[in-house]
Parts: sequence; structure tokens; C-alpha cells
Amino acid sequence: MVPWFSWSAAILFVVGLYVSFFVAPTDSQQSEAYRIMFIHVPASILSMFIYLVMAGYAALGLIFNTRLSSMMASALAPTGALLAFLSLWTGALWGKPMWGAWWVWDARLTSELILLFLYLGFIALHASIDDPRRADRASALLAIIGSVNVPIIYFSVQWWNTLHQGATVKFTGTSMHVAMQQGMYTMLLAVWLYAIAVSLLRVRCIILERECKAQWVSELVEVRR
Amino acid sequence: MNWGEFFSMNGYAWYIWGSYGIALLIFFIEIVMVRHRKTLVLEQLHLMRNAEDVVT
Repeated sequence: MVPWFSWSAAILFVVGLYVSFFVAPTDSQQSEAYRIMFIHVPASILSMFIYLVMAGYAALGLIFNTRLSSMMASALAPTGALLAFLSLWTGALWGKPMWGAWWVWDARLTSELILLFLYLGFIALHASIDDPRRADRASALLAIIGSVNVPIIYFSVQWWNTLHQGATVKFTGTSMHVAMQQGMYTMLLAVWLYAIAVSLLRVRCIILERECKAQWVSELVEVRR
Repeated sequence: MNWGEFFSMNGYAWYIWGSYGIALLIFFIEIVMVRHRKTLVLEQLHLMRNAEDVVT
């Protein structure tokens, strides 16, 4: 399944970037700088969504003691951490020309930074325990407790008076230009498929590393050669 | 619109290309690292298997 996701992600990236830079019109208030949105919004949405999926897998692993769900959780963490970093990075590069500051201690920015630290904490905690099953359980607990942060990020723009703008895309509709929407959704889908592809590839490696003594592994075609 | 105008992004070039540049760099590095990890684990398994053949 990895090639399917990889190729559709690559094609959608090209289409999405084309729409974002050549089709979508210049913004009336932000001029060209708003084009950062096409990578900033997908990265932010997925950094939160991947965290929930990761915490879900971690919880399954903790409750039903299934090894594969815990492996899936550890495969998702690095991708989520990179997207959280990307969200903060592109946010800083967007904040500088628009707000005049790279960083402000705004509710949304701070909670997204906490999300990045939760990902890093999950990876570090998992790596610091030698027994993989104990590492799974300890980091699962961290992931589950940390998931309260995701709704905080999402609702931060409503609960507090923030510099970050409120949601533009709502369930009741949006004020965005059609081409801008198309560009953003295409990029969102592209990053989504990319995240699936790279996590599946990573979980394969984790399975092989952790099950290296199993009989079925030594019978694989790739291993036999 | 010519290419020079396109790349200057009305004065926001550094901000925009800085965002997309880092994005592409991150995706590229992540892909390379995961593929490298796959190569390593397969190599390791191959060695382990060959070692067993020698013993038995």
C-alpha cells in the first residue's frame, strides 16, 4: 500500500502547489504572504490529528495489550513531531511580516509548542526504556494524558483573546475564495497521504526490528535474498 | 507575470520560500531516514539469518 499512498501524495503535492501559487489570487490584505497558509494549515491540522490517532493506538495497545497498535503509535510520533515543528516554523515566518514578531506567547502558539514537546517527550520516553513492552506502556500513558492538549489548541482561539486569527473554515461555510480552498484542501490531502505512507514504511521497520527473532521474518523474500 | 516577479513574491520571498523550502527539506530528510532504516534492518536480518545457517 505504501507506493499507492506515496504516488498519490506526490501527484497531489504538485497539483496543490500549482493551484496554491498560480491559480489562487493575491489576497487583498496580506498580498502574497498569505500563500504560506497552503502549507501552514495542513501541517497544523495534521499535527493535531496525528496526535489523536497516535494516542488512540497507544490506548489500544495499553488496554488490549496488542503489540502492533503500540508499534503503530511509535511509528506515527516522528511524523507528527515534524509536522508540529513545520507548523511552528511556517507560523513564525508568517507571523513576522503580518504581526511584526516571529513568536508571541499567544494561547494557540503556546499550546502548539506544548504539542511538539509532547511528541518529543513520547519519543524520548520510549527510547529511554530498554524493554519495548514497558516502553510502550509508559509512553502510552504519556500520549493519553497529553491528548487533552489537542482540544485546547483547537478551541484556544475561541476561549482566549488571541493574536492568532479564528477559524476561517467552519462547518457552516467559509468566506475563503474558491481557488484558495481548492489549493488548501489539495495540500491537506497531499500531506495526509504522505503522513500515511511514511508512517506505514516506518512501522514496517519497527515490526522487523522488534520481531527479528520470529520464524516468519526469516522466511520473508526480502530477508532470504 | 514573469519569473522574477513570481520569485520575489511582492517582497515576501524570504518568508514564503523559507516556509516551503523547510517543508520540502523536512519531507526529503524523513523519507531518506526511513528508507535508510529499512536498508539497515534488512541487512541486519540477512546477517542474522546467515549466521544461523553457519551454526546449523
